[in-house]
Amino acid sequence: MNFPILSSIIFLPLLGALFIFLSNKKNENSSAIYISIFTSIANLLLTFFLWYSFDNNFAGFQFIEEKNWISGLIKFKLGIDGISILFIVLTAFITPICIISCIISVKKRLNEFLIAILILETFMIGVFCSLDLIIFYLFFEAGLIPMFLIIGIWGGPRKIYSAYKFFLFTLLGSVLMLAAIIFIYWAVGTTDYTEIYKLKIPKEYQYLLWLAFFSSFAVKTPMWPVHTWLPDAHVEAPTAGSVILAAILLKMAGYGFLRFSLGMFPIASEFFTPLVFTLSIIAIIYTSLVALMQDDMKKLIAYSSVAHMGFVTLGIFTFNKQGIEGSMFQMISHGIISAALFLCVGVLYDRTGSRMIKSFGGVVNYLPNFSLIFIIFVLGALGLPGTTGFIGEFLVLLGAFKINYLVAILASTGVVLCAAYMLWLAKRVVFGDANNTIVTKLKDINYLEATILIILCLVSIVFGFYPEPLLNTMDISVNGIIQNHQNELTVNLINK
Amino acid sequence: MENINLIIPEIALFLGICLALMVGVFFKNSFSIVMKISILILLGVIYLILADWGGEQKIFLDSFKNDKFSDYFKVLILISSIFIFFSSDQFIKDKKLNKFEYPIIIMFSILGMFFMLSANDLILFYLGLELQSLALYVLASIDRDNIISSEAGIKYFVLSALSSGLLLYGCSLLYGFTGSTNFDEIGVSLITQNTGAIFAMVFILVGLAFKVSAVPFHMWTPDVYQGAPTSITNFFAVVPKAVGLAVIIRFMDLPFKNIIEEWQTIIIFISIASMILGSVAAIGQKNIKRLLAYSSISHMGYALAGVATGTVSGYTSTIIYITIYIIMNMGAFACLYLMKIDGKYSEKIEDLSGLSKERPMLSFSFLILFFSLAGIPPLGGFFAKFFIFMSVIESEMYILAIIGLLTTVISAFYYLKVIKIIYFDDNKIKFDDVRNLSIKATILLSCLFLSLYFISPSIIGSLLDGLFI
Repeated sequence: MNFPILSSIIFLPLLGALFIFLSNKKNENSSAIYISIFTSIANLLLTFFLWYSFDNNFAGFQFIEEKNWISGLIKFKLGIDGISILFIVLTAFITPICIISCIISVKKRLNEFLIAILILETFMIGVFCSLDLIIFYLFFEAGLIPMFLIIGIWGGPRKIYSAYKFFLFTLLGSVLMLAAIIFIYWAVGTTDYTEIYKLKIPKEYQYLLWLAFFSSFAVKTPMWPVHTWLPDAHVEAPTAGSVILAAILLKMAGYGFLRFSLGMFPIASEFFTPLVFTLSIIAIIYTSLVALMQDDMKKLIAYSSVAHMGFVTLGIFTFNKQGIEGSMFQMISHGIISAALFLCVGVLYDRTGSRMIKSFGGVVNYLPNFSLIFIIFVLGALGLPGTTGFIGEFLVLLGAFKINYLVAILASTGVVLCAAYMLWLAKRVVFGDANNTIVTKLKDINYLEATILIILCLVSIVFGFYPEPLLNTMDISVNGIIQNHQNELTVNLINK
Repeated sequence: MENINLIIPEIALFLGICLALMVGVFFKNSFSIVMKISILILLGVIYLILADWGGEQKIFLDSFKNDKFSDYFKVLILISSIFIFFSSDQFIKDKKLNKFEYPIIIMFSILGMFFMLSANDLILFYLGLELQSLALYVLASIDRDNIISSEAGIKYFVLSALSSGLLLYGCSLLYGFTGSTNFDEIGVSLITQNTGAIFAMVFILVGLAFKVSAVPFHMWTPDVYQGAPTSITNFFAVVPKAVGLAVIIRFMDLPFKNIIEEWQTIIIFISIASMILGSVAAIGQKNIKRLLAYSSISHMGYALAGVATGTVSGYTSTIIYITIYIIMNMGAFACLYLMKIDGKYSEKIEDLSGLSKERPMLSFSFLILFFSLAGIPPLGGFFAKFFIFMSVIESEMYILAIIGLLTTVISAFYYLKVIKIIYFDDNKIKFDDVRNLSIKATILLSCLFLSLYFISPSIIGSLLDGLFI
C-alpha cells in the first residue's frame, strides 16, 4: 500500500474547508453547501473503501504511514486497527448528517459553520488514526477550537458560559495528559505507541501517568463528578454541534481509555478499577435520576449520555471480551442513537423554538412520521432488543457479571431508570393532548430530515439484529488488548 | 592587527545611522526618506551578517565575540524591526509622530543591542546596555505632548536606571570577587563556591529580569505598554525582550556556568511567579495593550522556564519560544494598527465586539493569533510551549512543568475572552477601513506561519543546531 489513504481521509475535509474559505462570497451559500456535502460524502466513501480493504484477521496495525516530523524526536505516524476503524467510519458517517442538518436549521453564517464542521472532522479522524501520543494530543486538543466556536457563535442564550466551561474543563484535563506524554517520552525514549507497547512503561511510573491520562479522559467522557460541562454544552450548542459532541467527541475519551490507559498502563488500570467502577456506577444511577427531573429535552438526553458513557467505562475496565466489545458497541450505538435523538429535538426546536418538554404533547397527532422515528430512537436508547442499544448494554452487563455481581446489579438498575426517563419523555412529548396551540399547527418532517433520520434508524436496527460485521472487525484487536493485559498482570505477579 | 571583519555589521550600522541622521538634519520633512534609508540599512546589515554566518571568533582582547548565537539574535531583531517599520508607518503618520528621529533612535537601540549580544566582557556589555536603554527611554516618551506617554517614559526611566545601577553594582562585585571582567575567565574562576560572586550574580540577574519584565520586576510593563504609542509598544514587546533573554542565556551559559545550583532556584522562582501573575492579572484588563503586557509577562515566564533547566536543550527551547513569541506579537500588534474608529486608534477590548460580522478576515487573524498565544494546538504557540515543557520535564523539574501547564489554562481564559468579544458578542462599533498593504502583509505572514508551523515543527530548531557547544 503506497497510497496514503489515512492521510487523505484526515486532510480531505480540511481541503474542503479551505475551498469554502476561498470561495467565500457574501450571501452565496450554495457553493459552500455543495462543497461541504461533496467532501464529507467523498470522505465517507473513502472510509468505506478503507473498511472494505481492512483485514479483519490481522492482529496489529494496518495502513501504517510514517514520516519524519520533528527531526530526531517524533515521527508522524498513523495506523489503524479493529478498534479505530469503527470510530473512523462512525465519524465519517455522522459528519455528512450533521452538515445536512445544519443546512436545514442554521440560518446565520452558514459558510463558517460548514468550515468549522469540516475542520472538526479532520481533527476527529486524526485522533483515531494517530499512533503517536504527541500527534494524538495535537488532534485531541485542536478539536476544542472549532467546537468552542460552534457553541459560542451559533449557540443558545447561555452560549458564552457553556463555551467557556467546555473549553476550560477539557483543557484543564488535557494539560496533565501532555505532561504525562512528555514524561513518557523521556522515560521510555519514544512516544510511538507501538514502541511503548513493546517496551512497557516501568511499573512505578504507571500509577501517576494513568491518573494524568485519566484526568483528561474522565473530563471528556464525561465521568461523574466532572460531567457538569456536558449538559450545559449540549443545551446551548446548535443541533449539529450537539450531534458531533455526543456522537464523536465523547467517544474520543472512550477510545483513549481503551487504547492508551489499558494498552500502556495495564497494572495501573487493574489497580484503579474500583475507582472507575465506583464513578461509573454513580454516573449511571445518579445521572439517570437527574435525567428524570429535567424539563429540557436536550438536557435530558445529555444526562442520558453521561449514564450511557458510564456503561462504556464500566465495560472497558472489566478487562474481558464481553465487557470491552460491549462498550465498543455501546459507544457506536450511542453515537448513532443519541445523534438521532438530538436531531429529533432539533426538528422540534426548528419548528417551535422551544425544547421544553411541557410545551409539547400530542405530537403524534400532528407529526405522525416524526413521532414514529422518535419512538424508535427512544426505544433504542433504552436498549430494546433489536436495536444496537440492547447489544451494547447486554454485553457490558455480561462482562460485569463475570467479575463483580454487585457492580453488575447496580448497573442493571441503570437500565431500568433509563427506560423510565426515556419512556416518560416519549409519553409527555409524543402522546397525550397538545398543551399548546403551536403544536397543532406544526408540519411533519420534510424529505431531507426524513432521509437522515431514516438512515440512522436503519443503521441502528440492522446492526441491532446483525452485529457480526462490527464485532468481527474489532474482535482481534480487542483480544490483543485483553491478552496484553493478562500477560502484564502475570509478569507482575511473578516479579512479586 | 585584529580581525576587524567581525565587527563590520556594527560599523556599517553605525555609519548608516550617521548617514540617516545627516539626511534627517539637512532635508525638511524627511521622515519618509529617513524611514526608507533605515529599512535599507537594516536590510544591508542583515546581508552582512548572513554573509559571515556562524563561526565563533573573538576580538579586542576577547571582549567582543561573534558566534552563531549572536548572529541568530541579531538577524531576528533586525527582521522584526523591519516589520515594525513597515507596519507602523501609517500609524506613526496618523499619530503625527513622523519625526525623522524615530527610526534613528530605534536603530541606535539596535546598535546597543548588537553590542549586548556580542559582548564577552562585562564592560562592553554594560556599554551596550546603556546605549540601548538610553534610546529606549526616549522612545517610551516620544509622544511628548501626551501625558500618559510622558508618564510612561518617566516611569520606565526611573525604574530602568535603578535596575541598570543594580546591574552595574553586580558587575563591579563580580570583578572584585573574580578578578576579571571577561566572561570566559569569570566562568573559569567561579568554580569554587564564591559567596561574593553569588551576590554579584543576584544583582546582575535582577537587572536582567527587569529588562525582560519578569515578576517581581514587571511593574513598569503594563504602564509603559499602555502609555507608549502602539508602534513603540510593538518594539518594546518584541526586540528588547528577545535581547534580554539572549543575554540571560549568555550569562548563565558562560560566566555563571558553574554555579548553576545557585541561580537555578532564582530563575525557577522568577519563572513561576511570572507565569502565575501574568495569567491572573491579565483577566481583568480592559485595554488590549495592557492585556498584551500581562500576556508578555507570562510568556517570559515560560521562556525563563527553559533557561531554568540550564541545559542545552532548555536554552534551545527558549530561543524557539522567543522566536515564535516574536512572530505572534508582530501579528497581534499589526492587528492593533487596524483598530481605527473615526480616525482615532482604539485600545479598548470592548470596541472589538462583534467584529467578526464586519471584518471576517481581521477577526480570523485575531482568532489564530490569540489561540496561538494561548498555546492551543495545532498552532505555532503550542509548539513553543511544547518544546519548553519537553526540556523542563527532561530536567525532571516536574513542579515547574505542572505549574506552567496549569497556568496555560488560566491564561487561556483571557485569550478566550477576546475571541468571545470578537465572535460571540453583538456588533456595536464600525471600524474604519484601513487600506494598508504592509500591515495586512505582516498579519498574513504571521498567521500563515503560525497555522502552518505544524507541518514541520523542527524548522526553527534546525536553524539552531550547534548553537551551544
